[in-house]
Amino acid sequence: MAEYLTLFIGAVIVNNFVLTKFLGLCIFFGISKNLSASVGMGMAVTSVMTMSSILAWLVYFFILQPLGLTFLTTIVFVILTASFVQLLELIIKKQAPALYNMWGIYLLLIATNCIVLAVPLLNVENSYSLLKSIVFAIGSGLGFALAIILMASLREKLDYADVPKPLQGIGIAFILAGMLSLAFLGFSGML
Amino acid sequence: MNTAIMIIVVLVGIGAFFGVVLALADKKFAMEVNPLIQEVEEVLPKGQCGACGFAGCAKYAEAVVEQEDVPPDLCVPGKAAVAAKVAELTGKKAGASVPRYAHLKCRGTRTAAVMAARYEGVPDCAAAKLVQGGPKGCKYGCIGFGNCVRACPFGALSMGEDGLPVVDKSICTGCGKCVSTCPQALLVLQTFDAPVQVECSSHDKGPAARKLCKNACIGCGLCMRSCTHGAIRLDRFVAVVDTEKCRDCEEPVCLAKCPTKAISQMIGVRAAEKTA
Repeated sequence: MAEYLTLFIGAVIVNNFVLTKFLGLCIFFGISKNLSASVGMGMAVTSVMTMSSILAWLVYFFILQPLGLTFLTTIVFVILTASFVQLLELIIKKQAPALYNMWGIYLLLIATNCIVLAVPLLNVENSYSLLKSIVFAIGSGLGFALAIILMASLREKLDYADVPKPLQGIGIAFILAGMLSLAFLGFSGML
Repeated sequence: MNTAIMIIVVLVGIGAFFGVVLALADKKFAMEVNPLIQEVEEVLPKGQCGACGFAGCAKYAEAVVEQEDVPPDLCVPGKAAVAAKVAELTGKKAGASVPRYAHLKCRGTRTAAVMAARYEGVPDCAAAKLVQGGPKGCKYGCIGFGNCVRACPFGALSMGEDGLPVVDKSICTGCGKCVSTCPQALLVLQTFDAPVQVECSSHDKGPAARKLCKNACIGCGLCMRSCTHGAIRLDRFVAVVDTEKCRDCEEPVCLAKCPTKAISQMIGVRAAEKTA
């Protein structure tokens, strides 16, 4: 149990994907302009990542490893996540229109994102069990959500600050992300 | 050689599997979209102003096609022409829509209005209002940082030399975005045939209002008493014109009587509209 908890906390805070590993930065900067959108994005990433991790784990341990084709992992996972996201979009568009209106638009942005690919890859690299993979994926997703929600809250405040002209917009967002990242550096070595 | 074949088999296998699954899912979960929605959307002006009450032109097109009780004349910028087309496409009846434009009820120009302070914060009306109700002496007047100009989806507003926004009536569609943006609620939508308008919103008492702005309505009531149609009333020291009752007088008495010239004639506006 303690092992899973360590893994979870590690994925959420200590090894936060956005702020310490610098993955998923495009959506991190793209969506973090308003709070409600970033909450939606965080939830979408978490759920997609969890489901695609399970799928990728099954494909890796039941197809790629027995056949000795582990060097194909990256390319196979790209196909897996991209098509899985497409499939998910089709399904929720029809089955749950309310959910689709809420975070359907973010799904396509996730389809080819590095963070969604990185989690399944790390899972198999570290030979996690299926349960561990799921815990790691949920943790990473929540870590992403935490980072993007923090960022969005800060950027909403920033709208009313007197930012020097050359830094307005994305410039100050980069500086802000750097500071957030430094703050998260404080967690390193905790586990 | 063996590995190469395996690579091809696995990649093609996975690719084909997902291809087939996606194709099937696309069939199974296909959404039936009414082609009429797109036709209606193409007719709309695509300003995405939201004056219809929906979250953009696409949403309105969807609603007007699919829901019985959504009238076809909600698009304010599109005016009667668009309403007629939408009505024709959807088979609904368009009511008569009266074109309107945004009008600023303040003439507190740089020269006329007294400043109470120098504001050096973010150039944003809402932000400036938070600091003691704005830098102007008159707490009802235009703050002049142009939130309305930025809100206009059609580029009909610009900041004038005198520190007040100017509405280009030939571009203004009357969508009302600026009206809801103005933190002072100084902009009103009015019809093109409104003959006169009071260009002040100050509820300050006469002497105070006049001290703060040369163009202020001081609430003396001369216009109210002189108007032969009873179209003007006083609302807490500011005159308000009832456009329903206001007749287009040959020589408006209210204009002649007003001591601060806070009422102005809109007829020029209408003449320009007619020739345009």
